Amino acid sequence: MGILEVKNVGKRFGGLQALGDVNLSVKENTVHAIIGPNGAGKSTLLNCLVGKLIPDTGSVMFDGQSVLGRAPYEINQMGISRVFQTPEIFGDLTVLENMLIPCFAKRDGAFELNVLPSVLGQKDVLEKAEHMLEEMNMADKRHMHAAAMSRGDKRRLEIGMCLSQEPRLLLLDEPTAGMARADTNNTIDLLKQISDERDITIAIIEHDMHVVFSLADRITVLAQGTPLVEDDPQNIRGNPKVREAYLGESA
Amino acid sequence: MFGLEKRDTSMLIIVAVLTMFAPFILNPFPAGSALAQFNAGYPDLMQRFVIFGIFAIGFNILFGLTGYLSFGHAAFLGVGSYSAVWMFKLLSMNVIPAIILSVIVAGLFSLLIGFVSLRRSGIYFSILTLAFAQMSFNLAYSVLTPITNGETGLQLTLNDPRVLGVSATADGSIPVTNLFGMEMRSTFELAVGPWAFQFNAGYYLCAVILLLAFYLSIRIFRSPFGMMLRAVKSNQQRMNYTGLNTRPYTLAAFVISGMYAGLAGGLMASMDPLAGAERMQWTASGEVVLMTILGGAGTLIGPVLGAGFIKYFENIFSKINDGVLHSWFSFMPDGLENAMVTLIHPFVGKGWHLTLGILFMLVVIFLPGGLVEGGQRIRKWAKNKRSGGETPTGKTEPAE
Ligand SMILES: Nc1ncnc2c1ncn2[C@@H]1O[C@H](COP(=O)(O)OP(=O)(O)OP(=O)(O)O)[C@@H](O)[C@H]1O
Ligand SMILES: [Mg+2]
Repeated sequence: MGILEVKNVGKRFGGLQALGDVNLSVKENTVHAIIGPNGAGKSTLLNCLVGKLIPDTGSVMFDGQSVLGRAPYEINQMGISRVFQTPEIFGDLTVLENMLIPCFAKRDGAFELNVLPSVLGQKDVLEKAEHMLEEMNMADKRHMHAAAMSRGDKRRLEIGMCLSQEPRLLLLDEPTAGMARADTNNTIDLLKQISDERDITIAIIEHDMHVVFSLADRITVLAQGTPLVEDDPQNIRGNPKVREAYLGESA
Repeated sequence: MFGLEKRDTSMLIIVAVLTMFAPFILNPFPAGSALAQFNAGYPDLMQRFVIFGIFAIGFNILFGLTGYLSFGHAAFLGVGSYSAVWMFKLLSMNVIPAIILSVIVAGLFSLLIGFVSLRRSGIYFSILTLAFAQMSFNLAYSVLTPITNGETGLQLTLNDPRVLGVSATADGSIPVTNLFGMEMRSTFELAVGPWAFQFNAGYYLCAVILLLAFYLSIRIFRSPFGMMLRAVKSNQQRMNYTGLNTRPYTLAAFVISGMYAGLAGGLMASMDPLAGAERMQWTASGEVVLMTILGGAGTLIGPVLGAGFIKYFENIFSKINDGVLHSWFSFMPDGLENAMVTLIHPFVGKGWHLTLGILFMLVVIFLPGGLVEGGQRIRKWAKNKRSGGETPTGKTEPAE
């Protein structure tokens, strides 16, 4: 049994069957990549996992509990964190505040009427946020406005924010899309380090084959809303079906 | 001090000094001089400054922090006023129970309106609040006449069944509002040469409450809750995917700001025990929006400045009529004098809205951060000048 079990999930947008009949099992503490051509339904599948979309059919179980019908914040509190295709951070807030918010969410839950105490008085949360900033190598930027950072730094911050919640499953949607090679390599190293050092499961959607083959323990190929194959990376490379559906067009 | 950072403490002290010495500060010109026109140190005007300051401080907690623009906050102010007057009619002329009731009733009312309006965001939220407030205004004006006394407005009468107190005083007049016996209208006048300074009990009560309200807003701004509200404004999507439920956060901010509005309404009635539906009209809601933006939305001190600024204009510029203008320019030759008066006439007296409108546009275009940004720029400029024109550091100033 995987930590994430997707069974017979289907999703239709008007006349378009974006997801046909998706079955997917992600094992705990692995890196599972989902690849596929444009419009294959990868983002749609991810949106079904985090409560942004509700699938028409099927079930999604996380750690034995159904996530369907729950709001995104509830699913996050269950232990699923998500990194977006374009970094979603709090642009008007400082880098430190960006890191504090998930730490408060972890400590206090979805809502807390914490009106009178000062943020600066919450030593436990401050320490944790500072520690995470150091781990992400951005402690020197702590008082910067998050919106003023480079895209690579924003991505790094967003990943750090997700990690500070100590999620059990981290979902990433094309984390290196639009990044320069150097930033991409940094992100690969960061993700490798995360998966090696932590008890965490990672599911990653990615177009960049270099990223996929550097990280993945297991790969699912999605095409036209249905999984084509699921296998280990070395077998995927040689699989003719995959070459035809996907690798062929980029090779 | 008071659990605040140093710069927040100094800001609180500045506001305290300004409010406590307002009777002096606002009356810089000797009575009878040509400039006495610009004095604002009169009890009822000073009361209005601080009461609208409280209203704007509360509004800023919602609009400045979360970005949700309510066009209906005057409804809560009106509800606060009605509640306070009812308390005077039924219970006692002491202002404390009246103020407490107005805060509670406004809080409950804003809970109801906020619960419905916050199902939408952006312009739809604004329209919903506007609709609710307009509905409240119309109800107060007509349907709810037994409670609000319709267009006449709710007033005290000689046969109010006051439980703790008398319906009429010994000399047959309506009793006045008081704080444990200290009448709100009582004013001590201090004459220093040609100057006359007025110290009014009601004003000082309002000023102390303003300080408390301001202190509370500093605490809210610096709290984890305040940070979450700023996060709501910045990126709701990220909040939801960070395990935070934005709805109760925005609702709490809405109710807190509604209670501030109710407090302002209660104080208004405590100074002058009557309440009318016009207090709930959309123009009144729009005014607090202007105050907050003009002073600097999302800054601590901005709304207070904006409220003072607008109330000053409304009361001082509106009183400058042609007679006053003629007396100012009487030293000029007749033709020039008339030309000057004609030129300035549209901007003063009944035309004060025009001046305010132009100022508002100038501020929004050139100082999007409001008067506070203006102050910051001047300070930065002065600092640069003193340090010999060094380039400013890239450090961003935290909100004041
Ligand atoms: N909200 C929506 N409404 C209608 N159609 C949608 C919606 N979201 C996605 N689609 C369609 O569903 C299909 C699958 O889209 P999806 O974004 O899941 O693909 P993807 O595999 O993530 O592609 P890409 O690699 O380009 O990101 C596409 O044809 C897309 O146009
Ligand atoms: Mg996609």
